[in-house]
Amino acid sequence: MSSLLTRVRQKQIGQLIDAGKRLDGRGLTDYREFTIEEGLIERAEGSAKIRLGKTEVLVGVKVETGEPFPDTPNDGVLTVNAELVPLASPNFEPGPPDENSVELARIVDRGIRESKAVSSDKLVIEAGKKVFVVFVDIYVLNHDGNLIDASALAAVAALTNTKMPNYEIEDGEVKIKTGFSPLPLKSHPITVTIARINDKLVVDPGLEEEQVLDARISMAIKDDGNICAIQKGCSGFFTPQQILEASKIAQEKAAELRKKLDW
Amino acid sequence: MSEKPEKLIDKKGIRLDGRKADELRPIKLEVGVIPNADGSAYVEHGKNKILVGVYGPREMHPKHLSQSDRMVLRCRYHMAPFSVQERKSPAPSRREVELSKVIKESLEPSVFTDLYPRSGIDVFIEVLQADGGTRCASITAASLAIADAGIPLRDLVVACAAGKIDDTVVLDLYDAEDKLGVADVPVALMPNLNAVTLLQMDGILTPGEFENALNMAIEGCKKIYAMQKEALRAKYMTVKEEAEE
Repeated sequence: MSSLLTRVRQKQIGQLIDAGKRLDGRGLTDYREFTIEEGLIERAEGSAKIRLGKTEVLVGVKVETGEPFPDTPNDGVLTVNAELVPLASPNFEPGPPDENSVELARIVDRGIRESKAVSSDKLVIEAGKKVFVVFVDIYVLNHDGNLIDASALAAVAALTNTKMPNYEIEDGEVKIKTGFSPLPLKSHPITVTIARINDKLVVDPGLEEEQVLDARISMAIKDDGNICAIQKGCSGFFTPQQILEASKIAQEKAAELRKKLDW
Repeated sequence: MSEKPEKLIDKKGIRLDGRKADELRPIKLEVGVIPNADGSAYVEHGKNKILVGVYGPREMHPKHLSQSDRMVLRCRYHMAPFSVQERKSPAPSRREVELSKVIKESLEPSVFTDLYPRSGIDVFIEVLQADGGTRCASITAASLAIADAGIPLRDLVVACAAGKIDDTVVLDLYDAEDKLGVADVPVALMPNLNAVTLLQMDGILTPGEFENALNMAIEGCKKIYAMQKEALRAKYMTVKEEAEE
């Protein structure tokens, strides 16, 4: 999963965190600085690139027409896929998606899906027959920790600038016209990841911190402060008290990020 | 699919399958059910029927995956094609890949992996019939199977979900409640260590409702924990009797 960290470095991270400090000078609940650039892939219907510390994630959205799932004839289709591109880290390898990229994609997917961010009923062209299929593809370009939050933020940012092709129905055939209208977005979920290191809770873990953490928890927070998805990860544990504390921290951080992003 | 019922829980607080809000489904646990496996367990949790076989500690294949300072735990969660309404392709889906990972991570903190360096242990979970809450029932059975394989554990891991249907927080959702309900929160716990080793959620909950659901799931876990210990005892009492004969 990770490149080896020397024992000295591991100890240093632990001791700093015990003292309420971190390698890069942040406090335990500080987020790294981040910037989001939107719409830089012209060929894609929507795109965004985030830089969170040195982590870089590019998300492209493609919109196509297709058939709805048989059990949801009145909903469009949203799929999220993640690629841990080999150029982004010495530990990423080419090949089919491994469990890490599947988990990453499914966490981001759940945040968007459960918050009902995309009004899936507005993606329907003809109920049961033709709908818009929205492909959200996460491309990790440099791994410096906390891919979950970076990918989730970039995915929502890409959806905010996604344009839907205009269409008309002529003799029962769908014709794509020129011009676009914006993708209807109802909410902007924000995912906050918190790590447990030396029994302390640490927000937005960096790459080296990820290599010493016991466990992490990611919470997707909706605009109104309600929780819409959670995922605990890694082979450690949280006490129930820590989970409730993490939930409070996630609320606060999400509100702070929301203000910054103006979402 | 049948039509969506108007209410999942009535005014008296009774659910569609007749349970109260904080009531578990009937659970049956059995240990030592697969002769070839080093450890095994079978669980019936409501209509869920799940079989778990454990092999190891044994040499890792491929060898380069072994770790010099600890044992590697691998886990495969798999659903039989006939376990659900519409036939499921036997190829692993993305859901199964993710569940295998989170189940592995929920079991690993309970195992003294440093006692068996360079070796591996494989946990194979087969869902024969699914009715909501399979990941939780799988974890409960898998932990029993690992114990049955004679691997030293810090505690058994037990799992149970809570969630929200209509406006009520309830324990142990079954398939229809999971699909039509508002939220689902699966939790895995090592009760003696007060350690939550799996936590997921989908759906929408206020922070207060989440706290209620978490506490309710933990209480459910503790009830199943007693059954888990009973199941282990049941097998090893017969083993003891045989040994004495």
